[in-house]
Amino acid sequence: MSELLSAELLTNIGRQSEPRREIVTRRDIRKYAVATGNRQRKYLDGDLAPPMFHVPLFWDVVELDQLTPDGVSIDALLPKFPLEKAMAGGLNIEYHKPIRPGDWLTSTRTLTAIYDKKGRSGALIFYEVVMDIVDDDGELVIREKTTRILR
Amino acid sequence: MTTTSQQARLAAVSVGDELPQREFECGNVQLMLYNAALWNGHRIHFDEPYAKEVEGYPGLVIAGPLLGDWLHQGVEEWLGDDGRIVSIDYSNRVATYVGDILTSGGTVVELFNDTQEALVDVFVKNAAGDVVTPGQVRVRFGDVW
Repeated sequence: MSELLSAELLTNIGRQSEPRREIVTRRDIRKYAVATGNRQRKYLDGDLAPPMFHVPLFWDVVELDQLTPDGVSIDALLPKFPLEKAMAGGLNIEYHKPIRPGDWLTSTRTLTAIYDKKGRSGALIFYEVVMDIVDDDGELVIREKTTRILR
Repeated sequence: MTTTSQQARLAAVSVGDELPQREFECGNVQLMLYNAALWNGHRIHFDEPYAKEVEGYPGLVIAGPLLGDWLHQGVEEWLGDDGRIVSIDYSNRVATYVGDILTSGGTVVELFNDTQEALVDVFVKNAAGDVVTPGQVRVRFGDVW
């Protein structure tokens, strides 16, 4: 255990969000394909979801009074960290199965790691959140791991 | 199922091959539609006085995942119907703004003939030539959705 990361903070590792189940529609696929500047007909027509369609599908929908004044929703999965300035993070996404209109998908997010490192200009905290997306047969469709750095 | 043309495509790919580059310029309308599609209300993406005066940015900030999407598009347009993206790693390193001229591209860095896969280093660069979003994509030939 480090001075920065208390034992209590580390007990949050393994914490999981409530599963969220959403339906994929042709209209939502088409809106996303257009908004990203996609040039492939199968996506623009909404026959198949392009990569990263899970981002709009599972972006948190919160009520207006739950947004901060700068328009951000608070991630309820995360504990309060002793460092708060967010730096660049990374994303790893595995694509296991295609997504099509009519599919019901369920995502579950897990806080899988919290650790610290000594950076050039002081301590850094890293945390990792894994989002598993499964279909109604329980088969893995997408696994996304986000790593974020705080200083 | 792998077709003859897909096998021929993998055989024609070599380490060092460069992907076609594509230019992206995100305007206010596209950025608004993108964040609306996500339900992302972060003001730095649509409220220019707020982004400049309160947050100190030179303009409206392009949402990080949109740059990640462009990495995918560059690879998929190169792959055509010969394969698909299996996985990606990327990070947003430098902020980009509405009106920036950005370019996506990549280079094949490793081939795996046993699995018919390839690793491709990918990037989005800004007009100054800085890589704003580096990444690496694993593709598999002969596997198409």
